[in-house]
Amino acid sequence: MQSIIEVKNLGKKYKIGEQQRYLALRDTLTNIAKAPFSWFGKKVIGNNNEANIFWALQDLDFKVEEGEVLGIIGRNGAGKSTLLKILSQITPPTTGEIKLRGRVGSLLEVGTGFHPELTGRENIYLNGAILGMRKNEIEKKFDEIVEFAGIKKFLDTPVKRYSSGMYVRLAFAVAAHLEPDILIVDEVLAVGDVEFQKKCLGKMNEITTKAGRTVLFVSHNMEAIKNLCSRCLVLDKGKIIFDGETIEALSFYNNIQSDGKVNVNKGTYNKNRRGSGTLSFTDIQILNMDDVERNTFNVGETVKFKMSYEIYEKMEGLHVTVCFFSSKARDLLLTDMRYEVKKGIIKKGENGTLVLEVDLKTIRPGEYILYFWIGDKAAAKYGSAVNYDLLDDMVGPLIIKSDGVEKTTGVFTLNSKIV
Amino acid sequence: MELIIKPKNKWWQLDLKEIWVFRDLFYFFTWRDVKVKYKQTVVGALWAIFQPFIIMVIFTIFFGKLAKLPSDGIPYPVFVYTGLLFWTLFSTSLAQVSNSFIQNEKIVTKIYFPRIILPISSIITNIVDFVIASSILVGMMFFYHYTPSLTGLLLIPILLLMTVFSVLGIGLLFSSLNVKYRDVRFILPFFIQLLLFITPVIYPVSIVGEKYRWILGLNPMSGVIDAARAGILGTREIDWLLLGISAISMLVYCIIGYFYFKKVERYFADVI
Repeated sequence: MQSIIEVKNLGKKYKIGEQQRYLALRDTLTNIAKAPFSWFGKKVIGNNNEANIFWALQDLDFKVEEGEVLGIIGRNGAGKSTLLKILSQITPPTTGEIKLRGRVGSLLEVGTGFHPELTGRENIYLNGAILGMRKNEIEKKFDEIVEFAGIKKFLDTPVKRYSSGMYVRLAFAVAAHLEPDILIVDEVLAVGDVEFQKKCLGKMNEITTKAGRTVLFVSHNMEAIKNLCSRCLVLDKGKIIFDGETIEALSFYNNIQSDGKVNVNKGTYNKNRRGSGTLSFTDIQILNMDDVERNTFNVGETVKFKMSYEIYEKMEGLHVTVCFFSSKARDLLLTDMRYEVKKGIIKKGENGTLVLEVDLKTIRPGEYILYFWIGDKAAAKYGSAVNYDLLDDMVGPLIIKSDGVEKTTGVFTLNSKIV
Repeated sequence: MELIIKPKNKWWQLDLKEIWVFRDLFYFFTWRDVKVKYKQTVVGALWAIFQPFIIMVIFTIFFGKLAKLPSDGIPYPVFVYTGLLFWTLFSTSLAQVSNSFIQNEKIVTKIYFPRIILPISSIITNIVDFVIASSILVGMMFFYHYTPSLTGLLLIPILLLMTVFSVLGIGLLFSSLNVKYRDVRFILPFFIQLLLFITPVIYPVSIVGEKYRWILGLNPMSGVIDAARAGILGTREIDWLLLGISAISMLVYCIIGYFYFKKVERYFADVI
């Protein structure tokens, strides 16, 4: 039998800076007017200076059989999302070919296309159609969707009046009732409250165990991967470095993670990289007390974040924030450490390195997602978006282990005793 | 069903079959635009009448009465309203089509569908407005005793199609440029405003000498508006030459716009 998905020699290249630059038609036109021939020459010969090119994916070859649930894991920036985008036809590959034998439904985000002015009922139809459902299909599943989301009372209220929880529930409910031959899912389970996440996982389980459904699933939630997928691809720097059973893939992945390298992704194309571009982190290292790069620590140890930065525009004051998020509930901020590291005017071109030490005495074992922020005084105090840089989950999670009994519930230990 | 994804698509091919597959989405985009539009304004559908009507009154006062612009012997209000009807359809559609991709950025970067659905569905909303606003013209024709000629009546759908395709041609080019170049959205309103003055909306085609009239035809809306006046009001023979030149220029814009759109369409998600 033929495989339902065949990927051959797939590659995707981006020009660095394609994202950030503000392209003005005015400039392009004046450039052409000033030097018509050089522009023409550039176009023909190609402006593809090797240094400006970044391969988000390279030489990918794999097949997926019908009914298989394939997990795709890797650090941020490894190319997972790019792969899903190519498979969903949102962006074309640079090299290679993909054969898809079946109807594809992709779920890269919940609630795509929700319109705040429209009511819940109207948005179910709109969102369903955007996700690729036919009108009669939506009609057939309408009651089920409403039931799953639990918003019956608010069906005719514009969604702009919904609480964020209701909004997410409705969005996921529509998505969960999508029934294509091939379902592509990107990290959408990490929404809503814990209770609802459980419900979503249950629904995902139901979807994946239904016969004949092929699912490609990207997640940072290793529990979910373990529960849902039979086979996993591990991606690193745009290449497949492991393809096989989930259990083996997970241990392989944990091993490559533990060197504690943070991918600062300087200037490369990455949607997760937010920031004003007027200053940036140039390097971040996660170290233990002996200055060895690691990302696995025991409870009670001390972790050091060594952050280097560079300033590209003059600004006033410099603040840094490091946040821990629990990977169990992505939206749960565990702690946030804010420091003013410099006062007064900071000149253009200045750079430096900061070290933040964090004592891991009270944290529980588990995985924690990190978030690094640096910005000027205005950004820190008033949320002004003029000068800041943000690394949001650019690294595999920080893994905290305990040498004693594994207590994996909770995220904090409070100082307590029986008196 | 087998789908093959390759680096290059056959960009010269208009995939009507694919648009057919996505017809429900097309319907829902149009439906959303209509719904949202009439939900957001208090007066709702009345706005579609109100807007061209007020402009007609103002133009009649300033251009008709004070500046005494010629109007081929037709009372100025009817004269200018016929032009405004098609002009409003053209200009508002063009503005919306040109912004259709960046306005739906979130959808474009997350979901695949034939991108051309977005501009087309945003034109349809304006056709609804056009139909509502034409009721005023019908009323005015009764008031001033004008009856359309038979050719004129038969011509209405063709003129409407010509307007739609002119918008689509020019709009596809602008909307695609708009994705890549961030200043297009600021140039657009200015450009559309300029177009109003080189389109015979407030003045008749006849103020340009016979010898140079073909130049007006390079603007597809010139032919459309001139033919609409002649045909719908039934005052004179339709200037087929001007309409023909306009049709050809419309076709040229369509080809340019469509080819540019096809060339860049697949990269929208990367650059938007």
